[in-house]
Amino acid sequence: MASYNMNQVRTGLKVLESGEPNVIISCDFIKPGKGQAFTRVKMRNLLSGRVNEKTYKPGDLLEGADVIETSMQYLYADGEHWFFMNPDTYDQVEADAAALGGAEQWIKEEDVCNVTLWNGHPILVAAPNFVIREIVETDPGLKGDTSSGGNKPAKLETGAVVKVPLFIQTGESIRVDTRTGEYVSRAKA
Amino acid sequence: MEGDAADWRPTAGPIALQRRAAMLARLRAFFGEREVLEVETPLLSAETTLDPHLEPLSSRVDAPGIDGRRMYLQTSPELAMKRLLAAGSGSIYQVCKAFRGGERGRWHNPEFTILEWYRVGWDVHRLMREVAALIETLLAGSRRLEPATYVGYADLMRRHAGIDPHEASIRALRRAVADGPSPIDTSGLDRDDLLSRLFGERVEPRFAPDRVTVVFDYPDSQAAMAQLNASDPRTAERFEAYVGDIELANGYGELRDPTEQRQRLEHDLASRRRTGRPLPPVPSRFLAALESGLPPCAGVALGFDRLLGLELGAGGIDEVISFPIERG
Repeated sequence: MASYNMNQVRTGLKVLESGEPNVIISCDFIKPGKGQAFTRVKMRNLLSGRVNEKTYKPGDLLEGADVIETSMQYLYADGEHWFFMNPDTYDQVEADAAALGGAEQWIKEEDVCNVTLWNGHPILVAAPNFVIREIVETDPGLKGDTSSGGNKPAKLETGAVVKVPLFIQTGESIRVDTRTGEYVSRAKA
Repeated sequence: MEGDAADWRPTAGPIALQRRAAMLARLRAFFGEREVLEVETPLLSAETTLDPHLEPLSSRVDAPGIDGRRMYLQTSPELAMKRLLAAGSGSIYQVCKAFRGGERGRWHNPEFTILEWYRVGWDVHRLMREVAALIETLLAGSRRLEPATYVGYADLMRRHAGIDPHEASIRALRRAVADGPSPIDTSGLDRDDLLSRLFGERVEPRFAPDRVTVVFDYPDSQAAMAQLNASDPRTAERFEAYVGDIELANGYGELRDPTEQRQRLEHDLASRRRTGRPLPPVPSRFLAALESGLPPCAGVALGFDRLLGLELGAGGIDEVISFPIERG
């Protein structure tokens, strides 16, 4: 992988720091009129999600991380791993629970997910922003309560529990924003 | 930064352009009232700084009588203005462009506007007060500043970094830098690099946002072109002026001794050689001017774009210059 000097470092670049992949979220050039220049870099660790800050000297190099984001189709899970396929090459990869990080409660076979690969292995799987899922369990709503006022928990076929309006019933399909976990609308069956 | 269709547009809005013109007019009025002479010197010169932390941009110049001479865009007008002083100009000021390779960031652009002035017969403390007065005067229309504060470099380092800059061992300095909020590999950093890091990380963020802070008596190892303090030769007659944590100006009680000046230039050259950086020639016309006699004087350079940025409450230099380097 390429190395980057301090003139090449920029927001969005994926680099290795302490052996782990990071994405740069900001860099500040610091230079007193009479004195050594520094570059202060903020980066997010792609494995832990934590943000760290480090300062570099002009001669320092950052090693690039082989990190790519790609669209992959979700195939199935075997209880321990989730399998995804590159729709162009049919290559398959297996992701663990840490990479799914909660996406598993939204995704269903054949969903196309955004998968971040580090050295070819998935480290982050994002569910599609919006999914349509069937409700498998929710309390029956009160009669006459058709639109407004209050909500109730509903369990989806994929496992997530979302708050839905009282009129939504078991067996209906709803549209959900997976980034916020919020109900959007009823979906046509 | 790839070019796109909007790249032809200026990054500074019309208000910033108007305020720049107005601030330049007030600046000229300030010096006009005080009978300081406005001068111009070449931006492009065969002589340049040897400061190991500055990277002059250069060009090969061909013209009749000048066959392929390496010439430098000034990093400040200091050398040429001191030649005017030595020739008997009296107190002078200049507002012009300066160029520094490698410098680009929120408050840096490789090409920027610098205000530099020299007061013949003044000591450094008198000039420090004039710097504060100039900043307060030029910002008066937009912000009311509290009276300026003047504080010694060593006091600040002891108070905020827990370090005596004259006594601390290099190990103690490394440890202090390593303990900072933004870790750094300290290998290859010398004593002054470490002090500079500590000052930037621990001291500058403490400066009040609503007043001019003038820091004086920098360590002798950071004297640049300042003379050493007669009362304490561990320190130099060098000062910096800030508003908040924004570094605005750097000034000296000017070094006049040509022998010591030559030694410092040789020292800078050796440092550049060690680190494999370009080696411009020793500025012999500048040294000849010192030999002929620089009058006692104090001088200072101020980043004009940053001052304008403070007036406008800008978030960075791009908001106050028409076309930053990527659009130049």
